[in-house]
Amino acid sequence: MTFCLLYAHSAQKELTQTPLLKIWVPGMGSSLGQRRGSSRPQFTNCPTMIVMVGLPARGKTYISKKLTRYLNWIGVPTQVFNLGQYRREVVETYKNYEFFRPDNEEALKIHRACASNALKDIANYFTKEQGQVAVFDATNTTRERRGVIISFAKERDYKVFFIESVCDDPEIIEANIMQVKLSSPDYENYDKEAALVDFLKRIDCYKMSYVPLDEEKDRHLSFIKIFNVGSRYLVNCVQDHIQSRIVYYLMNIHVTPRSIYLSRHGESELNLLGRIGGDSGLSSQGQKYAKALAEFIRVQAIKNLKVWTSHMKRTIQTAEALGVPYEQWKALNEIDAGVCEEMMYEEIQATHPEEFALRDQDKYRYRYPKGESYEDLVHRLEPVIMELERQENVLVICHQAVMRCLLAYFLDKSADDLPHLKCPLHTVLKLTPLAYGCKVESFYLNIQAVNTHRDRPTNVNIARKTEEALQTVPEHL
Amino acid sequence: MSSTEDIIMAIPRELTQNPLRKIWMPCKNGLPEKHISQKRVCMTNCPTLIVAVGLPARGKTYISKKLTRYLNWIGVPTKEFNVGQYRRECVKIYKSFEFFRPDNEEGLKIRKQCALAALNDVRQYLSVEGGHVAVFDATNTTRERRVTIMRFAEQNGYKVFFVESVCEDPKVIAENIVQVKLGSPDYTDRNTEEAIQDFMKRIKCYENSYQPLDENLDRELSYIKIMDVGQRYLVNRVLDHIQSRIVYYLMNIHITPRSIYLCRHGESDFNVRGHIGGDSGLSPRGKEFAQCLGRFIQDQNIKDLKVWTSQMKRTIQTAEALGVPYEQWKTLNEIDAGVCEEMVYEEIQEHYPLEFALRDQDKYRYRYPKGESYEDLVQRLEPVIMELERQENVLVICHQAVMRCLLAYFLDKSAEELPYLKCPLHTVLKLTPVAYGCKVESIYLNVEAVNTHRDKPENVDISRLPEEALLTVPPHY
Repeated sequence: MTFCLLYAHSAQKELTQTPLLKIWVPGMGSSLGQRRGSSRPQFTNCPTMIVMVGLPARGKTYISKKLTRYLNWIGVPTQVFNLGQYRREVVETYKNYEFFRPDNEEALKIHRACASNALKDIANYFTKEQGQVAVFDATNTTRERRGVIISFAKERDYKVFFIESVCDDPEIIEANIMQVKLSSPDYENYDKEAALVDFLKRIDCYKMSYVPLDEEKDRHLSFIKIFNVGSRYLVNCVQDHIQSRIVYYLMNIHVTPRSIYLSRHGESELNLLGRIGGDSGLSSQGQKYAKALAEFIRVQAIKNLKVWTSHMKRTIQTAEALGVPYEQWKALNEIDAGVCEEMMYEEIQATHPEEFALRDQDKYRYRYPKGESYEDLVHRLEPVIMELERQENVLVICHQAVMRCLLAYFLDKSADDLPHLKCPLHTVLKLTPLAYGCKVESFYLNIQAVNTHRDRPTNVNIARKTEEALQTVPEHL
Repeated sequence: MSSTEDIIMAIPRELTQNPLRKIWMPCKNGLPEKHISQKRVCMTNCPTLIVAVGLPARGKTYISKKLTRYLNWIGVPTKEFNVGQYRRECVKIYKSFEFFRPDNEEGLKIRKQCALAALNDVRQYLSVEGGHVAVFDATNTTRERRVTIMRFAEQNGYKVFFVESVCEDPKVIAENIVQVKLGSPDYTDRNTEEAIQDFMKRIKCYENSYQPLDENLDRELSYIKIMDVGQRYLVNRVLDHIQSRIVYYLMNIHITPRSIYLCRHGESDFNVRGHIGGDSGLSPRGKEFAQCLGRFIQDQNIKDLKVWTSQMKRTIQTAEALGVPYEQWKTLNEIDAGVCEEMVYEEIQEHYPLEFALRDQDKYRYRYPKGESYEDLVQRLEPVIMELERQENVLVICHQAVMRCLLAYFLDKSAEELPYLKCPLHTVLKLTPVAYGCKVESIYLNVEAVNTHRDKPENVDISRLPEEALLTVPPHY
């Protein structure tokens, strides 16, 4: 949600439009200091602690990392605080499951100290680093432990939302352990069999004292209980917008293996001419690519592949060559360059040199006059991401800026990196979820195309010379 | 969908752009071919039957109607089937709760017949008339009744999603009865006391045989259980996109009394001169309106009012005069008129007579070249509606087309009516949910403004004369 909170003054001040974001603000822009968060979304008015709950190998870290990635992508500064990390820093070498025995006083002391440090870091993240959401990733399986966290949050006016993952399917648990536990630093020196045995004993240590969130006793807490990887959810007392969005997200993700293919349309007529935007058709090379893409897809033999395009001619022409049904999404349209639509970079420099420089200064937040910014694009693409999470095998045929945004979501790239991600024409990226992240395979389909990637030039000052501005413009006809 | 192995290499089809919606579609001999690609996300590939479950006065009809309204607004053809209606048509005069006694053979027979008649109409709607979703609004409190419905759905190839409302709070139930039962045709001849007594006895008739959806016995069914008016939700086996959207919607609505105020920005300089779109500032009368709006809001003495604007100068200038914090939403920006931005209707007729005629032919679906349609606007505004549902008292300062879309949602207006809803300048609409609908109060703040409402002219043919096209253009300077 891209909106901006402003405090008004009773005298009707003149409005000026900020040059980068194209936001109207009162005064000469000097009152910028009083504004909170430019076009950053305002999902919640106070920091939120998301507290994971569950036995080991129930997907807590998977959920924590994924949720954090999603929240950061939509513009909510979020960070994970994983108790296991804290423990590994204190106890340098992990011996075996005995560390987790409930009667191990020494270990309990260490645990409490680590938890306390993690909470301190969370407070720091909120007060000094402008964080909005902190995800506390630990088992938190006892009411006592959760009580400590709730008090901590209450003292500081943080909202608390619990995410509990409950699973009793031994197959899922074993698969979890195989996927992410065996490669943990804890088990570097174990062989697979021994690691599995040790981890299962570790889980047993927690089982006895595990008190799940209770519908009755915990009716005043805000939480979601996820059963068996999403077949059932219990949602209690959602307090605000961000919690509602988190619940919606968690209810749409799944762990069924699948791959997402991202590609741009084939080279277009305007690409050849070095012009941005517009709605041109494919060049002859682009048409060749479309055919090559069809062959590539055929060879990959993907089960139940869905194909999505934008509403622009060049992506649809590309999809047409595949000979399979496809869905058109307006939300996948390329970034709107407003008054600069269909211009060459040379023309933009000639007619709008200041805009051109501002864009180089902050490519993520820069909004074209009467157009969009990457930040706007991310907001526009959020429903696409949500649906991609629901789906299984999908091929998305889109555009350079759009693909950068989608890729940044999957590969957890920051807002600063996003607009400079390399998404060349005629290259398919195959993304396959793996462990806590995403495997990327890049397939260049061997059909020549122009390069459309313009690097950030060295001089981004408004006062720069034309040559300096155009230094990194890729070649074109 | 079969795997892509079986696809024969296709010769990409030529594309043509549909003149009304500006959608690219494959064509043969210049004519669009019947094509499987949809213009937006396919919500569901087979019809869905939503089945309400719950004792009387648990909000089933409220939820059914609201959900139906929402689904229709976002473009999913939906219809509700209230078995109570069928019963009233069958049994002309309601005598007393005795009709609902579980040992009333005659009553049971009639009620069963009514349920079957309703299901028949459901089949007509979903399988013959092209409806996508049917909402079956009845108590459906026994497992046996639900099994009958599921069999019916299976025979016809419909997906089933149950929405159960569970509530034991006597205050809520009493309030329900007062709000919607007393006004029911069943109780026109009873006084309040009698009506409440009778209705409570009616509820009792169902209580003994009520079998709520069960976590274990019904684990294979898809459903949401809403407990205590949204305090808690149990969600089981969400199967597809539309069910996911329905769950998200149901989890965001509430029944706390509140009002939503809709108004446009004050009259703008462009309004005065008859230009559409653009980003101009307020005219002197517009500024006066802003001041009046400030006083109006103060007088209304609204608790915790949130104020939202678009990111266009004219709405922000209007909000500035209120002297309270406000949030800017890019999603509330006026419809993008593409190449026609900032033109007067006379210019559009002169330069784009074909476009002008097409727009009059189907104003809802018509997309401006390089711009948007009302249909696009609705999709863009969906997150605004979702957030309005979550919020309490809100004032939305927006634009003509945007306000028409929002109003259509609250007042359940069709796609045909929507683009012609009257939303004049300097008029605030106060919407207050009441019973199953929305009370509208229109408050004209007594500051003169131009009229910007252009009615549909009689002649919408492409071959019409300019005078016929410009017949209904409101006067301007």
